[in-house]
Amino acid sequence: MLQPTTVEDVQKAVRESTRLLPRGGGTKPALSTPTDEVTPLDLSALSGVLEYNPSEFTFTALAGTRVAEVQALLDAHGQYLPFDPPLTKQGATLGGTVAAGLSGPGRYRYGGVRDFILGVRLVDGNGEVVRGGGKVVKNAAGFDLPKLMVGSLGQLGVLVEVTFKVFPKAPAHVTILHSVAPLTEAMPVLYRLYTARMEIDALELEPNGAGMKFWVRMAGLPDALPARAERVRALLGGGEVVADGEAEGRVWEGFRSFSDVPAGAALVKIPVTPKRIPDLEAQLAQRDSMRRRYGSGGNVLWLTTHEQPVALHDMLVGLGLSGLVVFGPPGQARIGTHTGQAFEQRVKAVFDPKEKFG
Amino acid sequence: MKADPFLTALARLYPSDRLLVQPGQLAPYESDGLTSYRVRPGAVVIPETQTEVIETVKLCHQHGVPFVARGSGTSLSGGSVPVKDGLVIALNRFNRILKLDLQERLAVVEPGVINLDVSKAAAPAGLYYAPDPSSQQICTIGGNVAFNSGGAHCLKYGMTSNHVLALKAVLPDGEVVQLGSESVEGVGPDLVGLFVGSEGLFGIALEITLRLLPRPEKYQTVLAAYHSLEAAGNAVASVVASGLLPGAIEIMDRLAIQAAEAAVHANYPKGAEAVLIVELEGEAEQVAEEYKRLQPLIQDSGAYDVRVAQDEADRQRIWKGRKSAFSAVGRLSPDFIVQDGVVPRSRLGEALAEIKRLSEQYALRVANVFHAGDGNLHPLILYDGREPGALERAEQLAGEILRLCIRFGGSITGEHGVGLEKRDYLPQMYAEADMDAMWKLRCAMDPKQIANPGKMFPAGEPPALRMTGLHPLERAGLISRE
Repeated sequence: MLQPTTVEDVQKAVRESTRLLPRGGGTKPALSTPTDEVTPLDLSALSGVLEYNPSEFTFTALAGTRVAEVQALLDAHGQYLPFDPPLTKQGATLGGTVAAGLSGPGRYRYGGVRDFILGVRLVDGNGEVVRGGGKVVKNAAGFDLPKLMVGSLGQLGVLVEVTFKVFPKAPAHVTILHSVAPLTEAMPVLYRLYTARMEIDALELEPNGAGMKFWVRMAGLPDALPARAERVRALLGGGEVVADGEAEGRVWEGFRSFSDVPAGAALVKIPVTPKRIPDLEAQLAQRDSMRRRYGSGGNVLWLTTHEQPVALHDMLVGLGLSGLVVFGPPGQARIGTHTGQAFEQRVKAVFDPKEKFG
Repeated sequence: MKADPFLTALARLYPSDRLLVQPGQLAPYESDGLTSYRVRPGAVVIPETQTEVIETVKLCHQHGVPFVARGSGTSLSGGSVPVKDGLVIALNRFNRILKLDLQERLAVVEPGVINLDVSKAAAPAGLYYAPDPSSQQICTIGGNVAFNSGGAHCLKYGMTSNHVLALKAVLPDGEVVQLGSESVEGVGPDLVGLFVGSEGLFGIALEITLRLLPRPEKYQTVLAAYHSLEAAGNAVASVVASGLLPGAIEIMDRLAIQAAEAAVHANYPKGAEAVLIVELEGEAEQVAEEYKRLQPLIQDSGAYDVRVAQDEADRQRIWKGRKSAFSAVGRLSPDFIVQDGVVPRSRLGEALAEIKRLSEQYALRVANVFHAGDGNLHPLILYDGREPGALERAEQLAGEILRLCIRFGGSITGEHGVGLEKRDYLPQMYAEADMDAMWKLRCAMDPKQIANPGKMFPAGEPPALRMTGLHPLERAGLISRE
């Protein structure tokens, strides 16, 4: 295991190694565990916030910085990362979050990690430091390399520095829980929420018996929240309201931490759209070892399974869907369909001509 | 166009009314929103189907003929200026909305669809397409994708890139690729993110899947007038520090206000050195609470006149003044250059003072309109193109402003793209290794470098003739610059 403490160390490691797997906090074992003949490059010592000026709504930090450290700093200034990075309490780093391309439930309101990354510095497969994007909230100069790095799984280069946009944090939250059954009743409710002229902060669903359990989070100024929560209840046809406080926060921390995934089970991220839910439920409910949560209003299925994730490959291909194994055995992180492969290969040849990364 | 076999091949693909070669037919395609440049292409084709676009690109690749894809030609960075003797692929008639799934909040469109038409189509379901460049009544989604266009509401909702979910595109060597999916989430590197903003260098988008958002239920638009630009700037700082996140925060200076008044009679307060527009938006209850916080901030900010839009018509009047500001400057000066630099928000004041100093030094008037919420400056440099050396002086001044943005840690472009206009400045913003990586990407997608050559990267043929005055479409009131 190599543990660089400077960008120069990373460059040296890339130049001197034949195959490398960059890793951060190791919170996504399927992505950060090296297979044979691959040297892990542990970036956790390349850590620290380099710039943060709250009035700019931006910060720049080294890639190995733990997200939790940044969140504490932002929180002290009433700001937050709106894409709601997952696994932060478990030690996720900024670089790992970007490379895995993971966002949490809060991405519903303002967008995912791709929508908040502004700049990157990376070491490419030749050991060169390449910078893309910038440090200001708006920038259209040059190709958008920061977005390209989102979800790149360390296969295009080693991220060494990232710049993000942040937002002011809402002073108060409220969560409404409600179950709707059967699924044919739940789907219209989902669409009502999805298209309502409301500012829903997060919207998660989990199969519950024959129907769906909804978690709806609203954020904003405290005086407006009770009325806004009532509007959500009206759309849901009822619901229990959990007002701001520890219990309300725990609900969402549970989602972010995937605390319901049993030890030893695999976790797969599958991008979907709401209309796919009935079909997926029909197929997956039969395989009883599988738990499902539909995140971000039905835009991502978090699938927990005791089967080998690779066993899902054919089913996903059949559905025209792709999956990312987050927890589980290493070696085959991407399953299902692979769109854009030809384009991706051209990009890969530019950043990693010697195939040093994955 | 030197390659006759190429023209012959095109003639097999297009009927004569969609293959333009006569000088008179080519003239409307010679320039775009960067009005000081004019280049005559060899031919223009007007495809109506995907197959025609793909076959055309393949022919260009085969014959090594450079091509420029073009929507409505509103690019302010010269992004759609033709290549001399090259081909223009005009996409205005390749403009169907292929799919509108309002429940799923999706629209799939061809590149020639006009920005505002997407919102119009989505309106019955209470949805809209968020990016709102000032030219949205005429600019196309294809152009927006190529240049990652912005608008006044970027701080909260991002730019075009944040609203494109999937793309089908033909690469410059004729390969057709599908990127992304209908989901807002993805697996693998964000290839859609890389394609958007590639300034036409990666080929032509054929089908674009857009994310629609629920239209904000309520807008609260406040216009405040100040006796100094500095006071307006300080008001922005206090709004930002308050923890509010308005949908838009805009400032116009005295010269820009004068122009807007002359053009559209927006009825802005008289005698203002600066006006500030702050727009809150969202659920009615939330907006009402936010306004309770905003109001005292504005009251204490030294504004001498504060107006709140009473209804949608009022709101539109306020925005009309702002959105027409660029073209309106044409009433104050025969020619002008629109700049698009970004500085860190906390250095806006310094940047404006420096621009004022430069304006005096170069003896050229500069009007300022800017997205204050995200530090995106739009200095309008006024000059008279008939005066010898005036354009060169204006361009020098523009260059100084760009260097200032780089020095302050900002960017040479917030939303207009690099294009032809700022290509010499990109290497000043990025190091050699950064430029090298971008150049290699360009070559990987376009080995013959035939897709929109001469844009983004320095080199390429220098643009030829220059013209003066407003763009013909601008003069007709059809486009405005932002």
